[in-house]
Amino acid sequence: MKQLLILGAGTAGTMMANHLRKKANLTEWKITVVDQYAKHYYQPGFLFMPFGLYSEADVVKPKRKFIPRGVEYLEAKVDRIDAEKNRVVLGSGQTVDYDLLIIATGARTAPDQTEGMLGNDWRKRVFDFYTFEGASALNQALYDWKGGRLVVHISEMPIKCPVAPLEFAFLADWWLTKRGLRDKTELVYVTPLPGAFTKPICSKVLGYMLEEKRINVVTDFNIGSVDNEKHRIVSWDEKEVPYDLLVTVPTNMGDGVIERSGLGDELNFVPTDPNTLQSKPHQNIFLIGDATDVPASKAGSVAHFEAEVLTKNVLHHMKGEPLEKDFDGHANCFIESGYGKAFLLDFNYVIQPVQGTYPLPGIGPFSLLKESRVNHLGKLAFKWIYWNVLLKARPMPGVGHRMSRAGKQIPAEVLQAQAAA
Amino acid sequence: MPQKVINGATIDVNDEGYLTNRAQWNREIAAALAQELGITLTDAHWKVLEFIDKDFREKGVVPGMRRMNKVGDIPTKDLYALFPDGPIKKAAKISGYPKPASCV
Repeated sequence: MKQLLILGAGTAGTMMANHLRKKANLTEWKITVVDQYAKHYYQPGFLFMPFGLYSEADVVKPKRKFIPRGVEYLEAKVDRIDAEKNRVVLGSGQTVDYDLLIIATGARTAPDQTEGMLGNDWRKRVFDFYTFEGASALNQALYDWKGGRLVVHISEMPIKCPVAPLEFAFLADWWLTKRGLRDKTELVYVTPLPGAFTKPICSKVLGYMLEEKRINVVTDFNIGSVDNEKHRIVSWDEKEVPYDLLVTVPTNMGDGVIERSGLGDELNFVPTDPNTLQSKPHQNIFLIGDATDVPASKAGSVAHFEAEVLTKNVLHHMKGEPLEKDFDGHANCFIESGYGKAFLLDFNYVIQPVQGTYPLPGIGPFSLLKESRVNHLGKLAFKWIYWNVLLKARPMPGVGHRMSRAGKQIPAEVLQAQAAA
Repeated sequence: MPQKVINGATIDVNDEGYLTNRAQWNREIAAALAQELGITLTDAHWKVLEFIDKDFREKGVVPGMRRMNKVGDIPTKDLYALFPDGPIKKAAKISGYPKPASCV
């Protein structure tokens, strides 16, 4: 038997186990999944936890529950990948040889990468909402909040779900208004990028929202340190932003096993062909989800679309056939905007988010780049779809892995720019 | 789409003056774009611009501070000294690449 080894049983790894269980030749291939943690988190739900909209039961289930029969599951830490010898060394010292390896080890927050972030203010005045523990602790802090300066902050790019901090700011505006605390709260959004919105059409269509919601934006802020004494963040060029409550997105990095294996870049993300999802240096290693360095968003929807392409390419590789350059960077994301409404984005490597309808051209029911109640209901329904359809790699009718241009208002200059690129 | 004439050459740019067709870029254009930002290019600037070019071809995105630092061997303090206020977006503009962006 040949060994197909999947590292990581998060969103991406679990989907791959389910796809390949159905499609690979299991008389020839044995599939094994390795993950060190027992709990599977529905990470999009972390956004709702600080506001008491979701609790533990909404976002946590056992990982094993989603690994299909016929796939071996090892709950173990991976010490390192020895790519030259086609084997993985587990924390116990035991080795697992592989013929084909899929790395789905994701990304994690690394607050230790910023001087002072884990200081006295950590989980007292400084919180993240990208971890279960952080989102839970922030929930308590918000319920204790009496007013002051609430700073929402991004440390550096790339981060998982790049719209989440913006959604957090929108939801905070709504939640504080509801609790009669909005006029006592100064809401500040701090980003290392040149704007809260950076894509031309998004800036044009959605730019008004920050002013309307009275969110002050600080741009081009590259954090150097957190000053726990004076409760402020300080940039490399010595700009300062004081906070009473700092909701930060720490630096995101790939898993430590990538660094220990010498397979990653400066953030432990793994060099990956953006269209085939094959490792650049190793033909029998494939990557999926947040672990890659491809210039797509680090998001569950991206992993979902990648899974369909990667399944085809893994099967091609098993049969010695050429790979398909079929992944187009497709992402599809709901953006909560508060007051029971949301936006929807659908885009890829070359087409930025535009207006239109989705998934049916002219019909919807979802509207792209436009606030609607239906979009919000879509975001809420997604939790059920995630646990019951997506992770189990069941088909989602009408939602293809290639981004469709039908139903989208794509301005001429976007198409021209694409042609020139 | 807006255009711009530099030293007699016409280049395509977006509303913010970033090149939309990298094939039109050359060192004279870089020098002119830098002048518009009040920067006179030196060898130290060129080290940054050349790293961005090499890295963009490899990764498909303009490198961030950490990557400039760790891979390009360019200290953050130097970046701010060379391209004050918004080093990455200024260096990206001069090197003919898009400004650093998120998905929205």
